Amino acid sequence: MQHSTLTAEQVRALIAKGKLKDTLFQALGIFFLGIGLIVIFLLVGDMVLRGSERLNLDFFMNFASRRAANAGILSAWVGSLLVMMVTAFAAVPLGVAAGVYLEEYAKRNWVTEIIEINITNLAAVPSIVYGLLSLGIFVYAFGFGQSILTAGLTLALLILPIVIVSTREAIRSIPAMIREGSMAVGATRWQTCRYHIIPYAMPGILTGVIIGLARAIGETAPIITIGALTFIAFLPPAPFTEVTPGVNAGMFDWLMSPFTVMPIQIFNWTSRPDPAFEINAAAAGFVLMVMVLSMNAIAIWLRYKMRKNIKW
Amino acid sequence: MQYSKLVSALAVAGIAVFGAQTAQAQVIKIDGSSTVYPITEAVAEEFQKAKKNVIKVTVGISGTGGGFKKFCRDETDISNASRPITAKEMEDCKAAGVQYVEMPVAFDALTVVINPKNTFLKQATVAELKAMWEPAAQGKITKWNQVNPAWPDAPIKLFGAGADSGTFEYFTEAVVGKAKSSRGDYTASEDDNVLVQGVSRDVNAIGYFGYAYYAENKARLKALPIVNPKTNAAVEPSEESVIKSTYQPLSRPIFVYVKVKSLDKPEVKEFIEFYMKNASKLTKEVKYVPLPAAAYTGNLEHVAKKKYGSVFGGKNEVGITIEELMKREAKL
Repeated sequence: MQHSTLTAEQVRALIAKGKLKDTLFQALGIFFLGIGLIVIFLLVGDMVLRGSERLNLDFFMNFASRRAANAGILSAWVGSLLVMMVTAFAAVPLGVAAGVYLEEYAKRNWVTEIIEINITNLAAVPSIVYGLLSLGIFVYAFGFGQSILTAGLTLALLILPIVIVSTREAIRSIPAMIREGSMAVGATRWQTCRYHIIPYAMPGILTGVIIGLARAIGETAPIITIGALTFIAFLPPAPFTEVTPGVNAGMFDWLMSPFTVMPIQIFNWTSRPDPAFEINAAAAGFVLMVMVLSMNAIAIWLRYKMRKNIKW
Repeated sequence: MQYSKLVSALAVAGIAVFGAQTAQAQVIKIDGSSTVYPITEAVAEEFQKAKKNVIKVTVGISGTGGGFKKFCRDETDISNASRPITAKEMEDCKAAGVQYVEMPVAFDALTVVINPKNTFLKQATVAELKAMWEPAAQGKITKWNQVNPAWPDAPIKLFGAGADSGTFEYFTEAVVGKAKSSRGDYTASEDDNVLVQGVSRDVNAIGYFGYAYYAENKARLKALPIVNPKTNAAVEPSEESVIKSTYQPLSRPIFVYVKVKSLDKPEVKEFIEFYMKNASKLTKEVKYVPLPAAAYTGNLEHVAKKKYGSVFGGKNEVGITIEELMKREAKL
C-alpha cells in the first residue's frame, strides 16, 4: 500500500538521503587516507630535509667515523645487501618447495593440519625469538659465528612463513583446469608443477618474497642478538681478491665476515651524544626507505611483466 | 644429468663455505660498554687509517656485562668496561683460562643535569640526591620542597639511566650507597638522548648521564654542581675538576681489558700500543677526561712485565681519584 503512495518528491528525498550518506562515507574515507598519507609524507619529508646535506656520494663511500661529517654508510649498505642476498638464496628455495609440497603433494590429514597451523603461527612470532634461536643454533652449535651467513639464515627463517604462505596463495589462485589439463595429456605431478604450476604462480611467489625481504631489511632485534657490530671499517672480502699478501679470498669467504647493517647504523647514530649525528641518522633512514621502496617497485614491475606472459 | 651437476655444484659450494675460515685477514675483535665505545672507536678508526687498512678492527656494543661474557668465553680480544671486572666475571674468565691486563683509559664524570630555566637549584648534596633517588622515595618524594624546604612546591621529574647500564650501577652505588638500588618510578632509558630531550623540555626535571652527553648539549642543559662530601664545596663537572679530583663522588674511571693470549698476536700488541700513545688526544676529542701520561705508559709496562689481573679485587668502588687509581695500578 505504502509503496504505491510514494510521490516523486518522496522518492527524490530518499535518493538524496542515500547519496548524502554515500558522500559522507567517501569524505570520511578520504580523511583517514589523508591522515595516513600525511604522516608518511611528513616522516619522509622530515628525513630528507634534515638529512639532505649528507646525501652525497661520500656518504655512500665512507665508513663509520667519530666525526659526523665524515661518517658514511658504506659498511652498512654493503652489509644489508649481502645479508639480503643470503636470505633470498636460503628462503626462496625452501619456502617455495614447502609451499608446493603442501599444496600439490601433501595428503590432507591431521599432520598437514598441524604443520599448516604452525606455519601461520610462525609468521607472528616476534623477531627477537628468531634471534635467540639462531644465537643458539647458527652461532654456537653450527659455529658460523657472528657472520653474514648467520644473519642471512636468521632472517631467512624469519621470512620463511611469509614465502610459504604466499606460494600457497599463488598456487591456489591457478584454475584447477590447468592442473587437470596437464594431467590429462599424461604429465606427471612433477612435470605439472615444473612446467605449469610454478611458472604461473611465480608472480605471486615473487611478491611474497620481496615483501618478506622488505620486512627483513629493516629488522634490528635479531641481528643485534646474534652479534652484529657497530663499528666496522672494512668490507667483506670480495671473491678471489687478495686479503693478506699472498693469500686470496675464496669464493665464499665473505659469508663468514663480520658485518653491520643499516638499521644498526641508524640506531647507533641516534644514540650518540653529538647532535650532528642526527643528520646522518636521518640521511641513512632515507636511504633505507628508498631501498625498501625500490624493492617493492621491483616486485610490482616483475609481477606486471610475468602476468603479461600468462595466457589463460 | 643437469640435476646431478647441480647437486655436485652445491656440494662444492658447501665445502667452500666451511673451509673458508682459513683465509681470513687479521681481525681484532672488541666488544663491551657503550660508554667506552666512543674512545675505542676513535682509536680503531685512526689505527686502521695508520695501518692502511691491513689490520682490521671491529667494535661492538654489548654493554660492560655482555662484553665480559664474550670476553670470558674467549670470543673477543679486548673488552670495553665502564666499571672494574666483578668477582663473578673473574671466576668465569679463570674457568675459561682467560688472563687479562686491566687498563684504565679515561675518567668520566657522571653529570647531574637540570633545565637551564631552573633558577632555584644552585647545588645539591649527595644526601639530597639520595633523598630523591633511594627506593624509599618511590611514590613519596614527588615535590621539590620535600627534599629541601628551601626549594619550591613544584613537582619533581626524574630522568635516569636504565637498569642494565654501568651508569645506573655506579650512580646508585655512589648516591644511594648500594649498587642497583633505586626508586623505579622515573623515566628510565638506555638511550641517553631520550634523557637529554626530557630534561631540556621540563623546567622541573633532573636527570643524570655521562659527561659527554652534557658536553655536546650544553646549550639546552645545565650541569648541577655537586657538594663534595670531603671538602663541603660545590663542584661543577669539568675536565679540570675531574683531574683535580674535586668532582666527587661522581667521577669514575673507565677501562679496557686486554686478553693476554691475544697480546701474542703482533697486531693486537700494536693496537694496544697505538691506543695508549693516542688515548690522551682522542679521549679529549670525544669529551672524556684523559688520564696523566704516566697512566698510559704504566698500562704498557704491565704488559711488558706480565702484570695481569685487576687491582679492584672484583669490587666496584665509588669516589676513587686519579691519584689513588695510579698508585694502585703501580703496585700491581
